[in-house]
Amino acid sequence: MDLLTFMQQMVNGFSLGSMYALIAIGYTMVYGVLRLINFAHGDIMMVGAFLGYTFMAVFDLSFPVTVLLSVTLSALLGMFMDKIAYKPLREAPKISLLITAIGISFFLENAFTVFAGGTPRPFPVPEYMEQIFDVSGVIFSVASIAVPAVTLLLLLGILFVLYRTKYGMAIRALSFDIKTVNLMGIDANRIIALVFGLGSGLAAVGGIFWAVNYPSVEPMMGVLVGLKAFAAAVVGGIGSVTGAVIGGFIIGFTEVVVIAFWPEMGGYKDAFAFIFLILVLLFKPTGIMGQDLEKSRF
Amino acid sequence: MQEKIFTRERLISLAIIITAIWFINFAQTNFDEYTIRILNNVAIFIILAVSYNLINGITGQFSLEPNGFIAIGAYVTAILTVDADGMLYQYDIEDPYPWILALQSDFGFALFCSGTISAILALSLSFPVFRVRGDYLAIVTLGFGFIIRILAINSPEITNGSLGINDIPEASNLYWTGGLAIASVLGITNIIYSKFGRAMKAVRDDEDAATAMGINTFKIKTMAFTTSAFFEGVGGGLLAALLTSISPDLFSFFLTFQLLIIIVLGGLGSTTGAIIGTIFVMAGLEYARFLDEPMNILGFETDAMPGMRMVVFSLVLIFVMLFAREGFMGKKELTDLFKKKKAKK
Repeated sequence: MDLLTFMQQMVNGFSLGSMYALIAIGYTMVYGVLRLINFAHGDIMMVGAFLGYTFMAVFDLSFPVTVLLSVTLSALLGMFMDKIAYKPLREAPKISLLITAIGISFFLENAFTVFAGGTPRPFPVPEYMEQIFDVSGVIFSVASIAVPAVTLLLLLGILFVLYRTKYGMAIRALSFDIKTVNLMGIDANRIIALVFGLGSGLAAVGGIFWAVNYPSVEPMMGVLVGLKAFAAAVVGGIGSVTGAVIGGFIIGFTEVVVIAFWPEMGGYKDAFAFIFLILVLLFKPTGIMGQDLEKSRF
Repeated sequence: MQEKIFTRERLISLAIIITAIWFINFAQTNFDEYTIRILNNVAIFIILAVSYNLINGITGQFSLEPNGFIAIGAYVTAILTVDADGMLYQYDIEDPYPWILALQSDFGFALFCSGTISAILALSLSFPVFRVRGDYLAIVTLGFGFIIRILAINSPEITNGSLGINDIPEASNLYWTGGLAIASVLGITNIIYSKFGRAMKAVRDDEDAATAMGINTFKIKTMAFTTSAFFEGVGGGLLAALLTSISPDLFSFFLTFQLLIIIVLGGLGSTTGAIIGTIFVMAGLEYARFLDEPMNILGFETDAMPGMRMVVFSLVLIFVMLFAREGFMGKKELTDLFKKKKAKK
């Protein structure tokens, strides 16, 4: 493999990794405050992409407006989901919460299959996103640069919210101890809703970018991506936002690089994230950036 | 004081078992083919649901593994029971490995192998998963189902890839399915009422307290997971011999979801509930076929909506969890119901 191909693969890995990272942030934040694996998170990403498709293809809106609208609506959907399905179960055994989460995930997938059809729809990618640059042989599109750039900006934004605002402080406090947070006069439910909103919004961004890169949307697109993004969150250290981004890049790069080196492994590409997950659980369950959440709770 | 051998509960259980055996014999000889097929299906799903309940309901570890282990069981039984000529004829993508052709056994041993291989895989999954708290079990088992599917598609020398294996000898009859259903219900009930079963319930109710009482939670969780994988493998084998053809797409997540609804409706943690849930959901799935078809609601014609059943079923699951978390039986068993009456007297 020469340097040129290598650089090319780096560009691809960067772009794929950013999308995993965007979705992984939502998993890690919800897990941080509720200790819940939100199975429906991958499907929120799918909803985000579908909303993007609707605004662009049906209402003919411009790309930035589309992103803004679908992010807002997805964030609202995430908060609504929390209010309807998770909030009544705060005191229930955790297994009830997980079952409800998988129920919602299955509901979203099948509702979209019934009402939008199961066949993939082509996503109307704006022309300027498809523009191709050739920098001394390495070919990349605007999208493959825009995706990592936006991810990094959003990561900085999220870190700012988490570490420089009162809301962020409340979120971090919540991941230590919900009861104490309530005693300090903070409405824990409002903060949890905020976490769901932030996570779902980011997932929607990820979903739209996914739809731009692989220009189609379909109801089951969120399942595998969600699974891999969760693996990314665990690899990076669940509960840590920076960790989720690092994990996302690791999983994205591995997928791209392994297929570039051993093309015959292509059929197994969806299995890598899973193997990573198993290895991390075996040798370093707290992940790269993670602190031991079980201990910090007591 | 000497313990009574024939307690009320034991007599009731015995009567139910004898009735069940009589019913299996009666049904196999007297009922028509369609009814027997449905009964076969119900019996297999009772095995699957009761064993799934062991890890989810009794031990309280949320797992999404059934479709993976059912697939493994089905493939093992299929490979062991289809003869070499049949395999050479079917395997179009790649020729099967010689050792795959050499593997032959009768149906009973094939089922045993299905269970054992599933159990060994479950055991090896337990090490990464249960080292940390059970949280990751759900996502690891969910991923496991996908991996099995990917492996089945990508190793055509063993599984015939996405074409699947056809012409599996139709060995499942009510004696096999019903007999094994009774055996697995008895086996799992015995585990539940043993000291291991009590430890499983302790882990479910409070893991820290269970650890403090000297229970090795890793061992108990692993045991529950491995046992349920064993029975799921056997159930998968029976399913393969009932359907006579299998392919990777058959073992989708929907299979797991169906079992989840069964045990949630029946009441998480109740074996009786799992059985009732099975009958209810299997009947419901048959009946609810109308949902997928075109409908006439108050004069509005709707198109055929494939998948509408799934939407309704996932809503049912969410509603049960939100408003009737106990399901039909809660954590009670059939024999407990009789106990209560006795206490009232």
